[in-house]
Amino acid sequence: MLDLIWLIPALPLAGFLVLVVAGRRLGEPLAGWLATAMVAASFVVTVGVFLALLGEPEEERAATVELFTWLPAGSLEVSFGFLADPLSITMALFVTGIGALIHLYSIGYMHGDANFSKFFVYLNLFVFSMLCLVLGDNLLMTFLGWEGVGTCSYLLISFWFGNEANASAGKKAFVTNRIGDFGFMLAMFVAFGALGTLQYVTEDGGGVLQRAGELAPVTATAIAGLLFVGAIGKSAQFPLYVWLPDAMAGPTPVSALIHAATMVTSGIYLLTRVNPIIGESFDWLPTTIAWVGAGTALFAATIAVAQHDIKKVLAYSTVSQLGYMFLAVGVGAYVPAVFHMVTHAFFKALLFLGSGSVIHGMHEEQDMRRMGGLRALMPITAVTFIVGWLAIAGIPPFAGFWSKDEILLYAFAENPALWAIGLVTALLTAYYMSRQVFLVFFGRPRFAIAEGGAAADDHGASPTAAIAAGAETETAGAGSTTGHAPAHRPIHVHESPWLMTLPLVVLAGLALVGGAMQLPFSSDVHFLGDWLHPVIGLAENEAEIHVATGTKVALAIVAVVAGLAGIAVAARVYLQRRARAVEPALLEQAWRYDAAISAFVAGPGRSGFEGAAAFDGRIVDGAVNGTATVVRVVADRLRLAQSGYVRSYALGVAVGAVVLVGLFLSRASL
Amino acid sequence: MNDIGFSILSALIVLPAVGAAAVAVVSRRRPEVARQVALLSTVLTAALAFWLVADFESGEAGFQYTEAVEWIPSLGIAWRLGVDGISLFLVVLTGLLFPIAILGATPHHDHKPYYAWLLLLQAGCMGVFLATDLFLFFVMFEIVLVPMYFLIGGWGYGERVYAATKFFLFTMLGSAFMLVAIIALAVLNQRAVGGDLTFELMALATNQGIGQETARLLFSGFAVAFAVKVPLFPLHTWLPDAHTQAPTAGSVILAGVMLKLGTYGFLRYCVFLFPEAADWAGPVLVTLAVIGITYGAVVAAVQKDLKRLVAYSSVAHLGFIVLGTFALTTQSMQGAVLQAVNHGISTPALFLLVGFLYERRHTREIAALKGLQKAAPVMAAVFTLVMLSSIGVPGLNGFAGEFLILIGSFLTYRWWTVVAVVGVILASVYLLWAFQRVFHGEPDGDNASIKDLTVREGLVLAPLLGLIVFLGVYPKPVLERIEPSVDTLIAHVEAGSDYTQPPVAIGGGAGGGGAAIDGAETIEPGTVTVLDDEDEGEGG
Repeated sequence: MLDLIWLIPALPLAGFLVLVVAGRRLGEPLAGWLATAMVAASFVVTVGVFLALLGEPEEERAATVELFTWLPAGSLEVSFGFLADPLSITMALFVTGIGALIHLYSIGYMHGDANFSKFFVYLNLFVFSMLCLVLGDNLLMTFLGWEGVGTCSYLLISFWFGNEANASAGKKAFVTNRIGDFGFMLAMFVAFGALGTLQYVTEDGGGVLQRAGELAPVTATAIAGLLFVGAIGKSAQFPLYVWLPDAMAGPTPVSALIHAATMVTSGIYLLTRVNPIIGESFDWLPTTIAWVGAGTALFAATIAVAQHDIKKVLAYSTVSQLGYMFLAVGVGAYVPAVFHMVTHAFFKALLFLGSGSVIHGMHEEQDMRRMGGLRALMPITAVTFIVGWLAIAGIPPFAGFWSKDEILLYAFAENPALWAIGLVTALLTAYYMSRQVFLVFFGRPRFAIAEGGAAADDHGASPTAAIAAGAETETAGAGSTTGHAPAHRPIHVHESPWLMTLPLVVLAGLALVGGAMQLPFSSDVHFLGDWLHPVIGLAENEAEIHVATGTKVALAIVAVVAGLAGIAVAARVYLQRRARAVEPALLEQAWRYDAAISAFVAGPGRSGFEGAAAFDGRIVDGAVNGTATVVRVVADRLRLAQSGYVRSYALGVAVGAVVLVGLFLSRASL
Repeated sequence: MNDIGFSILSALIVLPAVGAAAVAVVSRRRPEVARQVALLSTVLTAALAFWLVADFESGEAGFQYTEAVEWIPSLGIAWRLGVDGISLFLVVLTGLLFPIAILGATPHHDHKPYYAWLLLLQAGCMGVFLATDLFLFFVMFEIVLVPMYFLIGGWGYGERVYAATKFFLFTMLGSAFMLVAIIALAVLNQRAVGGDLTFELMALATNQGIGQETARLLFSGFAVAFAVKVPLFPLHTWLPDAHTQAPTAGSVILAGVMLKLGTYGFLRYCVFLFPEAADWAGPVLVTLAVIGITYGAVVAAVQKDLKRLVAYSSVAHLGFIVLGTFALTTQSMQGAVLQAVNHGISTPALFLLVGFLYERRHTREIAALKGLQKAAPVMAAVFTLVMLSSIGVPGLNGFAGEFLILIGSFLTYRWWTVVAVVGVILASVYLLWAFQRVFHGEPDGDNASIKDLTVREGLVLAPLLGLIVFLGVYPKPVLERIEPSVDTLIAHVEAGSDYTQPPVAIGGGAGGGGAAIDGAETIEPGTVTVLDDEDEGEGG
């Protein structure tokens, strides 16, 4: 079974190729079913490989399959090969599993789209790239997948390219990611310069991870630090996170698959993969990683509390949750990082798909101020969404509680300040997610329901009045009533088809019980930790924490109380309407950070580029034409020499050459 | 060594020349016959070139299929030809691109001379890549100017005469220096080692008794000629004009083949003939290359004309090749040779696409184009693929060369490489931005009814698209054939100068544990954020 690792990426690739050739002919819904089947088959193979690995003794749980040599040059030998080990298979399991569910969902979501088959072309290519990323047996294979997912992300964000905003968002994502790739590429150069290889592990122990101990601390710091720069770009951490909120311009399944569950976690995967190198680095590097993660987590959470777009809330929430994972990596808590990555993939994919179901049911409405009371109209979406909400809010026994709690525990052991930031973020998370749930699913509908709608409409035919009645307009100002005029048509809200609700139900189940893969009660139930041990334990980098059981329990209780407090405050503001909502414009505009960057790029940045072009035209080329003018003027005087024929110029050059040769020879012979 | 019964290399030069002669005797009233003759000639040449690559002995470093026929014995000039790993794929590229250029664009007037010049151009280009005699090389190097001058001046757009003259004078000026250097080298060599005057490349490279100062001076003579041809900043301004005004076929050949005359010249003549000078001049040339990489990308980003944008992107891409050449490591030089081929695939494809666009909309103004993806999805998809190749996305050809250049250059020119990687970021800026403005958004006016890629156009592009993917996934067959020649060249440089390649590049630093620690320590100072000066020592 282990020889078949290559099938895991090969199946989605096959789907991609078939759809490129015959996608339009297959059409809707066959193209979607084919794509889904390929990813599902890939999942089945992954499960098979997983079971095969489980059957091996722990120290032998790694297998490499090399298909061919990709880039051979001198001592550089880059193979096109795949590595199955506990970490890569964990990643592959949730990439293919959640990927298959989201493919299924997309068949319903993309129904009627003119480019239905093209969507699945990109989606299959994405899954293939993502699998290259996680299964690649060397840094360059990971980079192949890394760039591949970035390209697919670009193509999918600008999928509805007719809208300039979507096109710009796609480009922004690609370029911002490239800034991070700058680090990734240089990291490979340093690694090759130091160790002469890019393979992660080899049989004879010559891989970069196995020989990390030979690296001088400064070299290790350079490699790990540069990879961290790449991770910042791909996993949307401060200061390169700006592309992710804009990426919500893509179709919602894309947001769920790429911009929540899989691609954006690549950075955490990468850092976990190279943990032996981080282990050899100067201490300030992991500390920096932890602080960047914690800072981003808090920063993004403050923005999420004031967003009105249902997807924007989730986008900033994703940035914030990824920050948690970086915090975990920074404090050496690799298992909790991976644990949270997996549970986050469950509940965030669920929340995004749920929001897609809402948007679908509300006829492309994304503003939460014009939702409300959807619980009765979309019962399955509502119930599953609520499961996701409780999971992300850290309420036991939902999955998010267990993973977040572990991260906070490790953070506490490292530095209580980091723990405090994490705790505040947890409180804010519970608050903004509750706000979202209450605004969308509870309360009264703040939109006009079309005839035949299932719910009562208290506000009659005046949706403007309905919006004005909402508490959030008090803070959002008059703009909300005047600025969103177009959507005042009555809406026939409906629950989504089973293709879309089935993945919601499955993911809700996982978000409910996913925590069971790593329970804190005793070391016997550290399933994930034991499973990942061969990878994390390679250089004994996993942080050892010594915290008394009493403290652990106390920390967990504090975390739960924080989560409940967040929910309670949100309930008071958005459910009972007893308090004014706090949604300052500064937060709604994301601290104006993105706006400042955009202004810089469009202003001084653009001028700089224009200046370079002007320099090229006026100075560099000007010198050329100036010389030509001088020559022409002189030649005009010496009309005899001016014939206008190229051949006479050639003659002149030839004569000159002979003269030069003469001069040169006379000089050289001296 | 390769006994195949006939002079295949001569055939590669003579066949297009004969084709040109045949076109010349075709009746002026039968333009389609001229086209068919030209097509037949170029397809046969392409077939020969492909046969050559299949038959080529991949483990060999030296020249293969060598030929030598007396020409001017009194001056030691002969018709000497040979092909090795460095020139092989440029020959194949020349064989491949001419039929594509002929199929991809038809002239709007005067078919006969157009095809005759094109075929003559091919003969000249083949001659440059195959010559192993300096005089023959120079003749071929100059011959190619004439057809290109007439192609731009006769069948170009707008300011074609200005552009053609600029192109011609610029290159001639550079060549003058080279001519001086070639003659001086032959004469000085004869004086130093005695015997007969000779222009044979191998003899001059392996057996020259000229002083260091003189060698550096001669090197500079060659370098100027090639720097103009590449073109290297600040000698590049002829290129945007020539490209913008040239007919599509002219742009395809100019970008695909003729710019490579410069990068090939650097490898074959500058480095091979003057190893010590190549090491000495490295920092200057690498600096100019890196300036070209970033500067070309920045200037490309704000171009208003799509063709001009692609032209400036060439300045950036060619900078990578020069960087790889003078970084003098196995990886960087193999990357440079490979990237010359890759650029010769991607950029011609871009020029063809821009040409197809021009035929539909009669403009290349980016601002006048909008939302074309709606009406022309296939064209947009093809453009996307080529664009991604040009940006350097792994899995496509552009990345393979670029990566090898950078990873190799990092060993000897660390900080230059860091700046060059910035160019990789910038490449995504100008191409994606242009693509967005041309293909995304809601189409208006004529843009809404643009015709999608036709089957004929698709077939013309198909070989290039196939190679873009193939060379991105499996460049091994190409690299295998390049490597021995590149290794020999580097060994030649090491023998002729103080330069030694970093051990890690050839595997010396990566073998056992102890050696690896040495490798780790030699790299260590450079990875500190505090800048040290050892890099200059290593590089220069």
